[in-house]
Amino acid sequence: MGKPYRSFNESEVKDYRDGSVKATLSQVNAGVIRRDLRDISRARDALSKFSTRELIDISARAGELFLKESLPLGDEGHQQTARDYLETLSSTSGLPHVMVQRNMDKIHYALTHLELILNGLTRGIDFSILDNGHGEQAGAPVCFYPTTEALGLVMPSNSPAVNSLWLPSIALKIPVIMKPGREEPWTPYRLMQAFITAGCPKEAFGFYPTDHEGAGDILKLCGRALIFGDKSTTDLYAGDPGVQVHGPGFSKILIGDDEIENWEKYIDVMVSSISDNGGRSCVNASAVIVPKYGKEIADTLGKRLGPLKPLPVDDPNAVLSGFANPKMGEWIDQTLESDLAEKGAIDATAPYRDGPRLVQAEGGTYLRPTIAYCESMEHLLSNREFLCPYASVVEVPQNEMLRAIGPTLVVTAITANETFKNQLLASSNVERLNIGPISTMKISWDQPHEGNMFEFLYKRRSIGMAA
Amino acid sequence: MPKEEQVKNAADELDAHVAEIIKWHFSPETGCPFWLGWAKEQNWNPLEEVSNFSDLCSKFPNFQDEWLRDLPNDVWVPQAFAGRPFNIFETGGTTGMPKQRIGWDDFRTDYTAFSDTLSDEHFPRNHYWMMVGPTGPRRLRLAIEHLANERGCSCYFVDLDPRWVKRLIAGKQFDQARAYMDHVVDQALTILKHRSVSALFTTPKLLEALAERKDLVKTGIKGVFCGGTTMDKQYARFLVEEVCEGGQIGFVPTYGNTLMGLARHHPISADNDYSIAYYAPQPRAVLRVINPDTNQAVAYDTWGRVELTTLTKEFFMPRFLERDEALRRKPWDEAPWDGVAEVRPFGAMEKKIVEGVY
Repeated sequence: MGKPYRSFNESEVKDYRDGSVKATLSQVNAGVIRRDLRDISRARDALSKFSTRELIDISARAGELFLKESLPLGDEGHQQTARDYLETLSSTSGLPHVMVQRNMDKIHYALTHLELILNGLTRGIDFSILDNGHGEQAGAPVCFYPTTEALGLVMPSNSPAVNSLWLPSIALKIPVIMKPGREEPWTPYRLMQAFITAGCPKEAFGFYPTDHEGAGDILKLCGRALIFGDKSTTDLYAGDPGVQVHGPGFSKILIGDDEIENWEKYIDVMVSSISDNGGRSCVNASAVIVPKYGKEIADTLGKRLGPLKPLPVDDPNAVLSGFANPKMGEWIDQTLESDLAEKGAIDATAPYRDGPRLVQAEGGTYLRPTIAYCESMEHLLSNREFLCPYASVVEVPQNEMLRAIGPTLVVTAITANETFKNQLLASSNVERLNIGPISTMKISWDQPHEGNMFEFLYKRRSIGMAA
Repeated sequence: MPKEEQVKNAADELDAHVAEIIKWHFSPETGCPFWLGWAKEQNWNPLEEVSNFSDLCSKFPNFQDEWLRDLPNDVWVPQAFAGRPFNIFETGGTTGMPKQRIGWDDFRTDYTAFSDTLSDEHFPRNHYWMMVGPTGPRRLRLAIEHLANERGCSCYFVDLDPRWVKRLIAGKQFDQARAYMDHVVDQALTILKHRSVSALFTTPKLLEALAERKDLVKTGIKGVFCGGTTMDKQYARFLVEEVCEGGQIGFVPTYGNTLMGLARHHPISADNDYSIAYYAPQPRAVLRVINPDTNQAVAYDTWGRVELTTLTKEFFMPRFLERDEALRRKPWDEAPWDGVAEVRPFGAMEKKIVEGVY
């Protein structure tokens, strides 16, 4: 931990276009991780020497370094400028520069506003309570203890900003032990280097490219861990209190009876919810649920999104991302085709797409957007999520919507109806609720939308102390 | 590198040994029913046409291991051993009938010779060993005990049934496999707690698991003799640097099976990138790394299929294609013939091989 290790086993991170090797990653066997974790208390001790305030300041400096400065890369003395990072990440992830920049800005914001975030996570407790382990809040004694000595992370490759989830862990004095995404080691590595350059002890970071056994050990041995993946991955850990699972979001836009006649006003928010960040995020809308005008809405979305084409990676108007793994693009295309062949759904983008969904362009593999009009929530495509701009449009009576949508990460409900709003506020299957025409992509840093990191890493206990 | 003369002498010795073994197994007064019967069905005569190893490779087809499963054991009894009870050693058998090799003294010969390659520093004489691994009907169990005895040591045993582990893994019962492994390790730790042991034979995964729960150096382990599953360079390095604490415990990887005996390894370190090369106990057994389509050895330091030929008076097995692939390595001073390195299951790079948790 904190020390470079060159393994005999290496994996390659390749350009999504021509397959040229951009980096080799040493792959460690699980035994190395298990042995390092035996000494994890050293990592926590190193962080515990700092106050929360100091770590917030370090995080803020790390944010500036991450966004703007050259930082160490690899074990041969290379330095990576912010521009290098942006271009290299774009070349291996397929994300256009403009999207990488937006992700960088999000991470920068999170690091430079950690006080705000911690305030939201802890509901405003005085940071001295975290440093001392106990204190007083609103006149009541409080005492918090860490639930683990390390936060384990098995990261995805789809979107760099997902790293913002673990950033509070450092200020909360919990070291991170990470298996980076196979195709996206760049962001977590650069973040760790930024933290270390900003003054954070290097022991606080374990960066372990590894295999399934290693990933399993990180999840099992860290005590508290986050895993990202598809439903089959996350189902494995559902119900494990030590593992927070981040799977598909199935985020949705709902329009109430009272606003449906104004649906054209909300097309922009639908388009941005579906397609921002290349449609790769769990907070991207993957369904638009309306009481009527489903076909018309699907057609209008098709008209807006269907013509979108891949643009050069440095084009500021680029909306689509290339696939680092072209097979993933092929699989999604085949899945969509076969599901659209099932009765009850039509591809509303097809009339406006002038060509196939799966395209080779700009040297890489891309999927152009897809809007599927579905006759009911029974259709396979009504509640699906893909790594591209995709959404279904389904007509569901308002009084059935909340039952029909199932577990949903973000709901944007466009309604002013008090009854419907109250039903939405009382719903237990929605993690983040936007009431009004707010993009599903808009998240609040001071309100965790998917698990509260503080509550995951700390528990409150009752305490009594003799005077 | 050995001198050319050493390599030539070893090759000459092998050729002479091949001629002797062919004569033994294909002469009615000494040979076994299987090979005598097999020779009658051929349109060529091994006694006349095989006088060296090259002849053997070009004339004999690949040995079919089903013969060891489907035929009764006594077809393999050489006339010279008739009437002597034999040991029956098994390999495979996760499902169905295992393959069986019979034998008398070969394992003692192999392991007595192997003992000379072990250092007294890491495998002290007149002390105690422990084997944690597949015992049961395997040659290894008797062989390890013989090896310990050969060095004046007695040996404790903790069994592991690899057939059961393979079934658990094939059935995706990973929790059960882990629990079984823990059960094995628990038993080994109990022995280590109550008895003084200086040398271990175990599999790489079990060694790692033992070391995670017990400081083996403090426990008094001085040497580990390890084999059974794949050890790539990274894993070998990890075992040497981390588990055996950078040489405090002598680490002796081996490649062997019931059909061959035991191949010794060329010393490994950072200098050779921990690439483990094994050298067969020639002339009793010969390992080639070949292209099975051409029956020719591949170039040095390239990958090919491992082919084993066993040449003892007890057992003749020409050109058996192992389920492994390896890099062909050049002869070594202490074994001036070809070696096989970085052995891994055949096709390991193309498909996921279930090797188990043990």
